Amino acid sequence: MKRMPPVDAVIVGFGWTGAIMGMELAEAGLKVLALERGEYRDTSPDFSYPGIVDELAYGIRGMLFQPLARETVTIRHGVNETAVPYRQYGSFLFGNNVGGAGVHWNGQHYRPSPEDLEFASHVRQRYGAKFTPPDMQIQDYGVGYAELEPYLEKFEYLCGTSGRAGNLGGRIQEGGNPFEGPRARDYPNPPMADTYGAQLFADAARERGLHPFPQPSSNASRPYTNPLGVRLGPCNFCGFCERFGCYMYSKAAPQTTILPVLMRRPNFQLRTRSHVLKVNLDAGGRRATGVTYVDAQGEQVEQPAELVIVAAFQMHNVRLMLLSGIGKPYDPASGTGVIGRNYAYQMMSSIAAFYDPDTAINPFIGAGAGGTQIVDDFNSDHFDHGPHGFVGGAYLFGGQTGGRPIQQLAVPPGTPAWGAAWKRAAKQSYLHTTFVGTHGSVMAYRDRYLDLDPTYRDAFGQPLLRITFDWHDNEYRMTRFVTDRAQEVVDAMKPRQSSQTVRQPGDHYDIRQYQTTHTTGGVIMGSDPSTSALNRYLQSWDVPNVFVTGASAFPQNLGYNPTGLIGGLTYWAARAIRETYLKHPGPLVQA
Amino acid sequence: MPSEPPASRARREFLRRSLVAAPALGLFGGAAALGGAHAAAPATAYAPRYFTAAEWAFVQAAVDRLIPADAEGPGALELGVAEFLDRQMDDAYGRGELWYMQGPFHPEAAPTLGYQLRFTPRELYRAGIKAVDDWCGRQHGKPFAELAPDQRDEVLRQLEGGAIELDGVPAKAFFAQLLTNTKEGYFADPMYGGNKGMGSWKMIGFPGARADFMDWSEQPGKPYPLGPVSIKGARA
Repeated sequence: MKRMPPVDAVIVGFGWTGAIMGMELAEAGLKVLALERGEYRDTSPDFSYPGIVDELAYGIRGMLFQPLARETVTIRHGVNETAVPYRQYGSFLFGNNVGGAGVHWNGQHYRPSPEDLEFASHVRQRYGAKFTPPDMQIQDYGVGYAELEPYLEKFEYLCGTSGRAGNLGGRIQEGGNPFEGPRARDYPNPPMADTYGAQLFADAARERGLHPFPQPSSNASRPYTNPLGVRLGPCNFCGFCERFGCYMYSKAAPQTTILPVLMRRPNFQLRTRSHVLKVNLDAGGRRATGVTYVDAQGEQVEQPAELVIVAAFQMHNVRLMLLSGIGKPYDPASGTGVIGRNYAYQMMSSIAAFYDPDTAINPFIGAGAGGTQIVDDFNSDHFDHGPHGFVGGAYLFGGQTGGRPIQQLAVPPGTPAWGAAWKRAAKQSYLHTTFVGTHGSVMAYRDRYLDLDPTYRDAFGQPLLRITFDWHDNEYRMTRFVTDRAQEVVDAMKPRQSSQTVRQPGDHYDIRQYQTTHTTGGVIMGSDPSTSALNRYLQSWDVPNVFVTGASAFPQNLGYNPTGLIGGLTYWAARAIRETYLKHPGPLVQA
Repeated sequence: MPSEPPASRARREFLRRSLVAAPALGLFGGAAALGGAHAAAPATAYAPRYFTAAEWAFVQAAVDRLIPADAEGPGALELGVAEFLDRQMDDAYGRGELWYMQGPFHPEAAPTLGYQLRFTPRELYRAGIKAVDDWCGRQHGKPFAELAPDQRDEVLRQLEGGAIELDGVPAKAFFAQLLTNTKEGYFADPMYGGNKGMGSWKMIGFPGARADFMDWSEQPGKPYPLGPVSIKGARA
């Protein structure tokens, strides 16, 4: 096998967290190598206008997504079923190439609520240990909001996030989110303008005594130069955001915030078309010696490194840990083991609001995050859950990210799926429809987990990751409650008609419908090595020169989009590596 | 929101290039002033590359009923959706290269676990069309394409509901594939062969590849005045 010269740090995967870690470790003076299995991609030429505003190529066929033909996951609803492959994109979208899913996200940039990070302790304290069912495995992150706050802010300032603070140093700010944790500083940019659909939603929500605020958006509302000196341009509401790269340099992505600086660093190198097969361990299995990857010529290459950062997408991180034999695989029968533990997802619902022809919604005017209004009154533990019998919650959102006709056109309930009646409804509805949705948390459970599939393999012959997942009662109750609140707002918006899509008790998880790409868990962080794979600094308990970044670290899922927390946790871990680990390589927390 | 363009070189470069690539807003009037250019070639002028003659007759006859032409707006046939389908069949998508196609296959798995047939899209069309034509032959003595419009609608309805048992192909899966791809062709950019003259975009009011609404985002509720442009810069 070919053996490359050693490096100080090797990074597996070059999306958001790989780029952040690359920059931080290069700044610390390390010789850093990032391995990305996809191609190099940049705003120009890859996301440039007009080629990028192609709904069929990007929105439907998924040109920016990981090719499932080479590698996918398998899925089953329960531990006694046979899993089958996720053959076509539906429920979630894997990134590919430089920038990863950080290229085709929407820029919806949230922080967790303080109680989310200490969720198990908080729920036990407020509602008692018997409030949650015995098979619910919620845990604390091991890091609190106050210590994480500077790193959440650092990521927002990198991205040029546009929003309105709701809590500055404990003082509640009019027009922001009054339920958020305290911020030391306001957002780096003011919020974007609201689309008309969002205005209708916010007015109705206010009328009902709720607290709407502009969605925090990493779509820049004005020209912005970030602390690395990289410049973003203002978003123009093009309507091609999620599933697309941004031709306006407005959506924060590694390409628009970090790479122009990092790629020029002499002590940083990126190797694309390099697919990592495993992290290599020494004979004792307690120290990583580097990684093995397949290069563009199909040859296996050994890359020695002192420090290994596993920074791929959540599912790929879990799979790489299993393939590398780092940490004990989770066993749902005994509830022991850590790799694959606490896989979670999110529970969504949506309501289409149909107006008469004199109401011009102009749905094609949309941004991925900006221009949307949010209500956070029913998320996290912002309300008393005691009478409702569930934990967690959702934010409500109003507005639309675009009006791309193949994917985003809705017709009123009862309309046939084809024929003259469908066409007439499409014509009458398109310009006059907006949406309200709920974006909800999912708890972790003993029987929901990830492991290696016994049957199906990828293009390199390695086993696919297997998902065992279905909904639990807590989430059916949560979605019913928050969707009822959303419907009250929609009714106050006074549309001609509305139609609700909500998962009913007994409905199985349906992999065919896009829901979110916010899959979490499997390599979770915490304070106890028997229930977490990583310590509070994202460092492997078992192999201390391996750190694992990304949503794989979340002990259960939030009602928020994960990227803000992912970025904050990555900066938090990078600080610990720079200031402590590099001086004394070894465990940062004693098990 | 600031209305001044940013000073960044990248943005200036973008503006320069996009002015070349597509007309900027305001250079011409509203949609009503923009006629012309809509001269959809008859669907028969296209010579299919994948579909056989019998299959080509089927897809034309089917898309014509899935999205029929009427006073509301153009139908799928006149917008070239049959051509779109044939071109897709001859593409990586049609060959199944975008899907994970390793076995074993478990078509009996719960529908909520997603597509589990062994057919690539082009194979599904080939098998599905033959099975429907065979069924129509047994029931009506002629293939689908030769049935009257209301008979074709009835066959499509039965496929949609799974009321027809086809040889070797699940009727609902074939219908779902056909309907999904028909709507794609109807609404996709015209460079893929369907949506000729941006007929569907004009009908619903989608401005196509304009993708710049900086000056309209703060005029809530005001109808947008400009007709669509295509990725290649055509106007309608």
